[in-house]
Amino acid sequence: MSLPDHRPALLPALALAGLTIALTAACGGSDETAGGETPADTIAVAAGDDACEVDATEIPAGTHEFEVTNEGSRVTEFYVYAEGDRVMGEVENIAPGLTRSLLVELPAGEYETACKPGMVGDGIRSPLTVTGESAQLSEDESLAGAAVDYQRYVQSQTAALTERTAAFADAVRAGDVEGAKALYPVARTYWERIEPVAEIFGDLDPLIDGREGDQEEGQDFTGFHRIEKALWETGDISGMGPYADRLQQDVAEIVALADETTLDPLQLANGAKALLDEVATGKITGEEDRYSHTDLWDFAANLEGSQAAVQALRPYLEEADPELVAEIDERFAETEAELGQYRAGDGWVLHDQLTQDQLKGLSDSITALTESVSRVAAVVADR
Amino acid sequence: MSEPTTAGEQGGLSRRRVLGWLGAGTAGALAGGAAGGLIGRATADDATGTVPAAHGAVPFTGAHQAGIVTPAQDRLHFVAFDVVTDDREELVEVLKAWTEAARRMTAGRDAGPEGAVAGSPHAPPDDTGEAIDLPPSELTLTIGFGPTLFTSADGVDRFGLAARRPAHLSELPPFPGDQLDPATSGGDLCIQACANDPQVAVHAVRNLVRLGAGVVSVRWSQLGFGRTSSTTADQVTPRNLFGFKDGTNNLKAEDPSGLDRFVWVDPADSGGDWLAGGSYLVTRRIRMLIEPWDTSSLREQEQTIGRAKGSGAPLGQRGEFDAVDFTARVDGGFAVPETSHVFLAHPTNAGTAILRRGYSFVDGSDGLGRLDAGMFFIAFQRDPETGFVQVQRNLRADALNEYIRHTSSAVFACPPGVRDDGDWWGRALFAG
Ligand code: HEM
Repeated sequence: MSLPDHRPALLPALALAGLTIALTAACGGSDETAGGETPADTIAVAAGDDACEVDATEIPAGTHEFEVTNEGSRVTEFYVYAEGDRVMGEVENIAPGLTRSLLVELPAGEYETACKPGMVGDGIRSPLTVTGESAQLSEDESLAGAAVDYQRYVQSQTAALTERTAAFADAVRAGDVEGAKALYPVARTYWERIEPVAEIFGDLDPLIDGREGDQEEGQDFTGFHRIEKALWETGDISGMGPYADRLQQDVAEIVALADETTLDPLQLANGAKALLDEVATGKITGEEDRYSHTDLWDFAANLEGSQAAVQALRPYLEEADPELVAEIDERFAETEAELGQYRAGDGWVLHDQLTQDQLKGLSDSITALTESVSRVAAVVADR
Repeated sequence: MSEPTTAGEQGGLSRRRVLGWLGAGTAGALAGGAAGGLIGRATADDATGTVPAAHGAVPFTGAHQAGIVTPAQDRLHFVAFDVVTDDREELVEVLKAWTEAARRMTAGRDAGPEGAVAGSPHAPPDDTGEAIDLPPSELTLTIGFGPTLFTSADGVDRFGLAARRPAHLSELPPFPGDQLDPATSGGDLCIQACANDPQVAVHAVRNLVRLGAGVVSVRWSQLGFGRTSSTTADQVTPRNLFGFKDGTNNLKAEDPSGLDRFVWVDPADSGGDWLAGGSYLVTRRIRMLIEPWDTSSLREQEQTIGRAKGSGAPLGQRGEFDAVDFTARVDGGFAVPETSHVFLAHPTNAGTAILRRGYSFVDGSDGLGRLDAGMFFIAFQRDPETGFVQVQRNLRADALNEYIRHTSSAVFACPPGVRDDGDWWGRALFAG
């Protein structure tokens, strides 16, 4: 299978990494275009509730700016995918009426654009052809690219995490129980997608995402789940203001750290597997969101995060073990299909409404997917 | 596999007993009501050279699958699977991978070519490792295909096998008193893992389950900790959880004509084109109501079974292997009550014979302080209808029913043995 070239081939790997980081600073969901990088052009995207009109179907290789206007009634996202749903760039969290821009560098190849009204599902897709010369990358180049690629993904998530956590915290502080309940699983989505990065910062993770009973002696129970408990168990969040403040601070701190972090390819591979273990041990069992039962939001987010990590390694894996890539693609698709049965509106069926049989179906597909993804690390390491 | 394979056990097999068994012929038992072979059988006490638990390897290839007439090992891990793909090729790939892993593990080797500790440090090992340093422990792995593999419960022919389903392979009929849990019954595939070390059996199942990820999903599984039957003449008869010797009068390896008649599928039988040399496997998880049994009198217990609890002798006889005599009288009545288990199950009255290969289990307690214990009953036969079903129908009036409950049920067709290095489980079914 021939690969689209994902990176300018003439630049040495190091200079290349520097360039892309400069780029990612601008495409982490921010509204401004990058200083220094002049986009070749601006491509308008009209994102509706049932439509996603991209103003171009064929563009030359280079850096492009997509200007995404949400003309619909639901919050939306916009993605540019390379083969196998490898995320080349994305803007999250575009509220109705807003316009946001995405700066993305696209080497020659076949891509897909997608709007995701309601922020769930495969989205409304259209093909996008990028013309020009494509060049073969060395193994080292494609692995170096993986780290940069994934960092770009993390930054897009942290931007949305910051915003959504702020909105959640605002609702909690305002005593808006229904508003906070609606925002809880959405803010967590961005968190759950990048958990392998978050876990690197050992002491912050438990403060943000610790479950009741996990705390050390004398340590307060803080974070998402503390507020979740108040929201769903008693519905009384009058004392939750300080916890909302604290959550927002901790998230800001971890976001600052995460944005600076690059994972090496082995960490990426292990992170992809770890996210699936999260699903198997926390989400399928309903342990993660034991008060709200919104575990399937986290399930979907872990799955997407795992896929993003694998896809960052894709250019390398395609060369090193194409059979494994095919198997992983198939099993991601099977798991998504299995999960897709439980979509409810813009969200998911609650965990406590799933039957044992339904949970078993989910569990089976995660088990199979994990067997495949667990083999990526060795392929990366045995290079 | 038609012979015991452990040297130690063969050493314990006396010519006298072999001859006795060869002469037995279950046909004779049917006609005459007394199995002549039983007479020559020495009691467990004088069985010489009996090895405590054998640890060698049982050959994986042969005309029949191992694990049927192989001397019943002490431990069981039985697992039933649902096939979760509709893709025939994927299923075939798993069957091939399973065959290779089974070939290795039954020889005492790791499940995969790299092994538990020799592979890449970054890769999950292709063997899970808990059997490192353990001998083969007579591990046998026996595969079976359930009716739903051929036609799913809702009538779909998922793998193009419907036309090859033998007439004898269908769900068992309901029996009075059944308390079956559908979740732990049935299955598209099964694997029976038997070994003399429980860890070896569990290791085998665990590694096969892993190899099947994405294609098959465990439907239910059962551990058994002690055999409740003998399948060769030289084995000491074990006791079941009711304290009775169990397996005394069983079809055994030394009776090839009985096996041909009652256990092995014949080429002329339905499905014989791929199943000849195979057998049908019936499982019943039977809860044994330990507490009421334990508080019943010894006399009541013996009248229920029809044999003496200590010696295992049929009531009215002296030695364990004395022939059952239903005409024998004690105190003016028949020695063996007409409602006793042995009376009703014996070939004379059941009109047939089966090879029993069950295991005791204790799955903890039931939340009411009672042991969740019983027998995981396994029977092999040439046709379930004239095997298990016929016997079980005859047990309708069995006094034992008061003390037992059937809680799960399954039936599988076990193909013949894997012939050689290139052969794989189910080849004749899928490739033929
Ligand atoms: C928990 C349930 C059961 C217990 C505790 C039990 C116990 C026994 C015992 C103690 C014997 C006498 C020893 C021997 O000859 O092996 C026996 C014999 C036998 N049992 Fe069972 N059994 C059970 C279930 C069944 C079932 C479900 C079947 C078949 C439908 C069955 C069929 C037989 C047969 C065919 C014999 C041999 C009878 C003979 O030829 O004399 N048993 N069983």
